[in-house]
Formats: sequence, C-alpha cells, structure tokens
Amino acid sequence: MSDNRRISFRNPADESFSTKLVLVALSLAFLAFFLFLPLVSVFVEAFREGWGTYEEALVEPDAWAAIQLTLTVAAIAVPLNLVFGLAASWAIAKFEFKGKAFLITLIDLPFSISPVISGLVYVLLFGSGSLLGPWLKSYGIEILFAVPGIVLATVFVTFPFVARELIPLMQDQGTGDEEAALSLGASGWQTFWYVTLPNIKWGLLYGVLLCNARAMGEFGAVSVVSGRIRGLTNTMPLHVEILYNEYNMVAAFAVASLLALLALVTLALKTFLELRFGAGAAGGRH
Amino acid sequence: MTASATASSAGWRLKQPSIIPGFGLTLGFSLAYLSLIILIPIAGLLWRTAELGWSGFFAILSDERTIRALYVSFGTAFIAALINVVFGTLLAWVLTRYRFPGRRLIDAMVDLPFALPTAVAGIAFASLYAPNGWIGSLFMPFRIAFTPIGIVIALIFIGLPFVVRTVQPIMEEIDKEVEEAAATLGANRFQTIFNVLLPGLTPAILTGFALAFARGVGEYGSVIFIAGNIPYVSEIAPLLIVIRLEEFNYAGATAIATIMLLISFAMLLVINLIQAWSRRRYGNV
Repeated sequence: MSDNRRISFRNPADESFSTKLVLVALSLAFLAFFLFLPLVSVFVEAFREGWGTYEEALVEPDAWAAIQLTLTVAAIAVPLNLVFGLAASWAIAKFEFKGKAFLITLIDLPFSISPVISGLVYVLLFGSGSLLGPWLKSYGIEILFAVPGIVLATVFVTFPFVARELIPLMQDQGTGDEEAALSLGASGWQTFWYVTLPNIKWGLLYGVLLCNARAMGEFGAVSVVSGRIRGLTNTMPLHVEILYNEYNMVAAFAVASLLALLALVTLALKTFLELRFGAGAAGGRH
Repeated sequence: MTASATASSAGWRLKQPSIIPGFGLTLGFSLAYLSLIILIPIAGLLWRTAELGWSGFFAILSDERTIRALYVSFGTAFIAALINVVFGTLLAWVLTRYRFPGRRLIDAMVDLPFALPTAVAGIAFASLYAPNGWIGSLFMPFRIAFTPIGIVIALIFIGLPFVVRTVQPIMEEIDKEVEEAAATLGANRFQTIFNVLLPGLTPAILTGFALAFARGVGEYGSVIFIAGNIPYVSEIAPLLIVIRLEEFNYAGATAIATIMLLISFAMLLVINLIQAWSRRRYGNV
C-alpha cells in the first residue's frame, strides 16, 4: 500500500507509509506547540507596534546599558572558561592519572545545579553575613549586586561548556601527534600552537559558541546576585523580566527578540560546524 | 596488569609516565580554578547549612510551604520528563529513520532550548498559553498558564533536547540486520520495535529521562513567568529560595538549596550508574 510500483511489497523491517505519516505528523505537531510557536511569538510580539516602537525599545538608555553589560560579562566569562577548558582537557586527554573520572564528574557539576543555587552560593560567600564580603567592602571592593558578582555567577554556570566539548575530542585524537612533534624537537608550547590547536580548533569554536550563548542568556544565577539596579547591574535577560513585569510587553519582547536572534545564530553556526566538519570535529556530542 | 605491577613496584604514582609536558601546569591550574569557582562556593553553602544543625535544618524543611514547593518542582519535572521520554524518543526515531522535507532544519531546531535564554522562553510561553494567548485561548475555559500544568509545559520545552540528543546517537548505531533477523523469525513490526529495539535503547532513554528530570527540578527562568507562583500551588523550589533571599532569610534559602543540591548529586550518581550498567551490558552508551 505504500508503493504500488512494487506490487504492494512492503519491507518487513520498515513501517508502512501511513504509519510513517502519522508519526512524522505527530512529531511536527509536538514541535509546533513546544518549539516553533514560542519562537515565532517572540518576534510577532516584538513587532506588534511596528519597527519604530521596536527600535525605540532597544535604544532606550536602560535597554542599551543592559545590552552593554551583557556583552561585557560574556567578554570576561567566556575567555576565562576557554582557558580553563584548554588546560583541563590537556591534562585529562593527554595524561593517565588517578582520579580522572572524578575530575570529569566535578567539571560537569554546574550542569546539574539549579542556576538559582549557583547564584546563592556567591551570595553566601560575599553577602553581608559572610566573612569575605564586609572585608572586601572595607577596601571598597563590591562583589555582590555589582558587575564582579554577575561575572562570577556567569562563569559558574558556563564553566563546563568548553571543557566538555574538548575532552572527548582530544581523547579521540590521542597523543601520537604531540609525541611525534616533541620527538622532532618542538617545545611544549610549539607543540600546543602548531599541532594540538589546529586539531581542535573547530571543537573549540563549537564549545565557545555554546558557552557564549549561555553566558549572554543566563537568568537565574545572575538574577540572584545582580540586585537588578537599572542601568547598572541589569543584564538583557533581567531587563526582559523587568519590562515584562511592568506590562511593557512590546519592549520586553523587543529585547527578548535580540536574545532569540542570538540563539538562532548560535544554532545556525553550530549546525554549519556539524555539517562541515562532522560530529567528530564539532565536539563530543555523545 | 603490567602497568599496575610497575606502578606498585615504584610506589604510589599520580600519573603514568609520559613525554608530553605541561601536566603539572594544566592540572594545577584546572584544580585551582575549579576550587575557586565551584568547590569553595559549594562548600560554603554546605557549611552554612551545617551551622543550622539538624534541628534547624529539619525545621525549615518541614515547613508546609517548603514541602509544597519541593513537591511542585519534583512532581512537574517528573511528569515533563515522562512526556519527553515518549515524544523525545519518537522524535529521535523520526529524525534518524525517516526522510522528509525540512528534516535537517527540525534536527537543528531540537537544540533550541539549549540556546534560547530561559527568560525569553518564559515570557513566550506565558503569553502563548495565557487565557488570551494564541494557544491558551483555544483551551478556555480550561486554564494552562498560571497553574502547575503551565510549569509542565515549560519543563517539556527545557528537557526535550536532553532526551532526543541522548537517544538519537544510539538509534543511529542500530544495525538494520537485527530488525531484518527479527522479521525473518516471524516478529511483526510492533514486536520488533518493542522486544528487540527498545531494550537496547533503555539505558539511553533512562539517561535522557534523568538528565531532563534533573534539569527540570532546578529550572527557574522559563518557569516563573508561566507558573503564576501561587504559594502551595504553583510555587517552585528555586523561586522559594529567591523569595527567602529577598526576605534576608539566608537560613531558609540555604536549607532548601542544600536539599536540592543533595538530590541533584543523587541524580548524578544514578546517571553514572545507569551508564556503567549499560556499558557492562551493551558495551556502549
């Protein structure tokens, strides 16, 4: 019944055409309700009152300050985790040592912790009831309800992204290339720059992309440590919340649409990397 | 055997010898950074909880509002993860087995919940499923947003890629010959799928469920807009932590955070056990 050119023969290890149709339709309906409509609605709501209002909502000083703060925080947090990712994956992939599996589990830890708790731990560490907070304050250093706290919370939640992409990739590649380079007289740094880095660059880019998307979009952890001072400690996701709670829907969705655009660009680049360089080159999705 | 023999004859040794340099530097830096950013702050949280003492800890946890909030968080995350197991597995099947226009696009879009900031997802769902929203109005007078059902909807969105991306690679590796053998031996398609294919997929499905569940329990940004946040009804545990913090009730926030943290660690352990079990049984996850 699926294919009448072949006298109604059906591969017994395959579903009938109608079954396939139903399953595909069911999947698409599910995705429409849970992925596509929410995404589309962000842009529809943002442009509800036209381009002029949309533009106005984005150039408004508080929104502009939030955009700048989000970019600043990501510009600090992503390189920090990039350096950590390189160091950790070098140690883990190029050497055999005791406690390695435990170390990998610890690196993944932030993924299984609620973002609110990620923020809370810094509130407890630097808050008014702590030892560190008042001491730093006496030297004029503000961590909590200031930019350093936001950066710390962001570093916490984006901690595993780069390391997690690089570790499986570098483990797959083994140590042969590096050993060859070293035996030919290259120094450790030369080996890293000219041998290892070219091998892992696409996986590294992939990890940085995901790390950056999360850094710019983090909400829970940042909302706990930020104090939400408009124009000062308000990131884009926090600004979206404030505008939404003020029933300023068009402005809330306008700022949200920028973040949605960031997500779409991230997905497009990620897909491109996977298609162009294969799942292996684009990190370790297992 | 020889490696362990030489290691024991040379005494305890942290790492096996290698000509590659940089072990001390990279491991030292990694451990220092890990301690500063992750371990010390978490230890601080546990220390603060220890200061409460058992009685203080249990007094906070036996508070009716705390219990209800934990119940809402775990209950909704469980239901959402179950729904994701069904649709996530179906989606993984459709994406690996069938060819239809737009498949590539849909495959890429499955990762949207990983990439879309949670606050954006939150306001989008709240406005869609609100009584006057595109979807919410279809279901009136039955309300979705501002009830626990709204929380489940948001958590389905958040957890979906965890199930799909865990199950999909295992499905791709299934050898078609296994199904053909089953068919030759007289199994119908239904029997082949449920008795031959599904058992091999179980570890991946369980892992996907656990990951989606763990993420759902801690989720905050996408939930608070659609939940309505009515105490005892649709107030999630992470929100209660935030509320306690805003009241400067650090002890309350700390105790709830610690119990959630302990449950997350238990979940992590379960995920690792599932994977170890399946490696023993099926050779790979």
